[in-house]
Amino acid sequence: MADAAALGACPVPIGEAERVLIGHGSGGKLTSELLERMIFPALSNPALDARDDHALLSIGGARIAFTTDSYVISPIVFPGGDIGELAVNGTVNDLAVGGAWPIALSLSFILEEGLPLADLARVIESVRRASMRVGVPIVTGDTKVVERGSADRIFINTSGVGVVPAGLELGSAQIRPGDAILVSGTIADHGIAVMAHRTGLELGDLASDTAPLHALVAALLRACPDVHAMRDPTRGGLAATLVEIAARHRLGIEIEEAAIPIRDPVRGACELLGLDPLLVANEGKLVAFVPAASTDRALASMRAQPLGRHAACIGSVVARHPTIVELATPIGGRRILDLPYAEPLPRIC
Amino acid sequence: MNYLDEYRDAKACAIRLGWIREAVTRPHVIMEVCGGQTHAILRYGLDRMLPRELELVHGPGCPVCVTALETIDRAHAIAATPGVIFASFGDMLRVPGSRTDLLASRARGADVRVVYSPLDALELARANPDRRVVFFAIGFETTAPANAMALIRARREHVDNFSMLASHVLVPPAIASILQAPDNRVEAFLGPGHVCAITGTGAYESLAAHFRVPIAITGFEPVDLLDGVLAVVRQLERGTATVENVYRRTVSPDGNRAACAALAEVFDVTDRSWRGIGAIPRSGYRINEAYRAHDAERVFDVGEIATREPEACVSGLVLRGVKKPSDCPAFGTRCTPQTPLGATMVSAEGACAAYYQHGRRPRGGDPA
Repeated sequence: MADAAALGACPVPIGEAERVLIGHGSGGKLTSELLERMIFPALSNPALDARDDHALLSIGGARIAFTTDSYVISPIVFPGGDIGELAVNGTVNDLAVGGAWPIALSLSFILEEGLPLADLARVIESVRRASMRVGVPIVTGDTKVVERGSADRIFINTSGVGVVPAGLELGSAQIRPGDAILVSGTIADHGIAVMAHRTGLELGDLASDTAPLHALVAALLRACPDVHAMRDPTRGGLAATLVEIAARHRLGIEIEEAAIPIRDPVRGACELLGLDPLLVANEGKLVAFVPAASTDRALASMRAQPLGRHAACIGSVVARHPTIVELATPIGGRRILDLPYAEPLPRIC
Repeated sequence: MNYLDEYRDAKACAIRLGWIREAVTRPHVIMEVCGGQTHAILRYGLDRMLPRELELVHGPGCPVCVTALETIDRAHAIAATPGVIFASFGDMLRVPGSRTDLLASRARGADVRVVYSPLDALELARANPDRRVVFFAIGFETTAPANAMALIRARREHVDNFSMLASHVLVPPAIASILQAPDNRVEAFLGPGHVCAITGTGAYESLAAHFRVPIAITGFEPVDLLDGVLAVVRQLERGTATVENVYRRTVSPDGNRAACAALAEVFDVTDRSWRGIGAIPRSGYRINEAYRAHDAERVFDVGEIATREPEACVSGLVLRGVKKPSDCPAFGTRCTPQTPLGATMVSAEGACAAYYQHGRRPRGGDPA
């Protein structure tokens, strides 16, 4: 076979992973593979199979949104916030982008032996403040301690429940060709702030954007009840959200790269570290898919909110090239956006 | 002026594209050597904006791709040695050797750490005096000076538990090798801007004169790349073959003398085997006698390295610009970033990875 003759010479590829690799947690293709091969098939049910940011359950006539997330970020304190604040806002946001008003959170700690109690107190205080800010109580929880070395200081899991108002039909299955794609503000703030802090880069003026989006979502839905879908682009960045939606619902997406809002210090840090901002995590931003005719109204409603001042329309859903996300580059060229295999590694050269 | 936006300006690009279109009267094959340039071209979609007569081929400018399999295997063996902290740039972690890669080694318990600078690795050695710290030093002339500095400091400050596995490669011999190949199609080069910032442009003058090929020393932003293409196209059309520096804000003819002095202090030029291409004489650096105590190749006896890689490899044809990634029958099907068959797909700087990442699928499957 010509194939084998030409290629039998190439170095033998490493076979499929037999162990968990750090890339399995990156939000890229390795993560998808793990979910698709091992988790979804084993646990399949209609609510899970919808694969949205939260599950939608019908309980006694009401629609309850239920979501969970774990927070393992290191360092636990970073410019702009800490793991406690992240743990509340992240779960609130997974509910909010489904149109669910957050009702209650659970909170589980896994603490490493030796963690200074002062650090724990700080995290608890952050959780308290974040939950007060949103008005969502922590109603149940758990605390475990493991030996030194078995956890990285503190791991947190939060789960949340919320109520989706009757008549609100949100979800990525609602997205249609022609829809406008909006972002609520500047991208890559969180991931870059954490990376720069970790690598000791003193670039000034970099801070996580961690914030609860429930009020922004409420304002958007009031002005624009015909929003089709929203997502919060966390791990894997804006790219992960767009690529996943395009692939799952066989839609084409076209984005104007120059229209994507990004702060100068963040852009500079991305250049220095060799990272694509589209792949970097956000913790206080949403992506919304709205009917084209509602674009201006939707943008105006977000821009009137403190967390949506830099909201922008970055592109649209199209009928052409289904499953492909295409970017118009700032100089007039085109490229296709895809997910990396694992962690986007900074380039060396 | 922030030295970014001006060189990404759409109007400035459009003007240069116009000049290029005016200048071209027949087909030309142009190679850019540097992986960073390959990526920028694909990231901005530049190659598709050029006139059809111009074919851009991508050279062996990815140090990760061309690191010899034996060196990779040696790195894995050292990383698996008890008590070793193995420090590397992120890119090298996924490169498959004969049996494994560094990420998988780490999952099995090896202490492998990502660093952003060789000086971070030196710091690890100072902070862990009971461990042996090894830094994986690959790259072109661009990264070699920092590695030389780390070794100079290590020796001066008696950081005896620090060593380096060095496998640097040099660009000019690679260009000569490409031009000497009987199936060579390349007529002009976009020279590596950051390599020349270190070395200066002298070696490229010799190449241009000897092989009669125009070379434009080029940067990495869209405007820079178009300046480079314009310069070589004009030369090709009028039949001249000289070196032009179109990256003047960074490159001077003599390069960086302090960096070159550091290189001379620590490294000897040596023959080197380039993965996918083969042996190229005097095409690499190795740590010299004076610094032997910090040469991981001599410090660690990992026994016989039995590599598993036959003579020919399609990656080699891609690295020399004879084939495009999309010409390879396995590209995008059997060979993807998840299941790389060759070096050019493994490395983020490699041409195949760049093509794949920016959506160039096998011929016939290309949607754009």
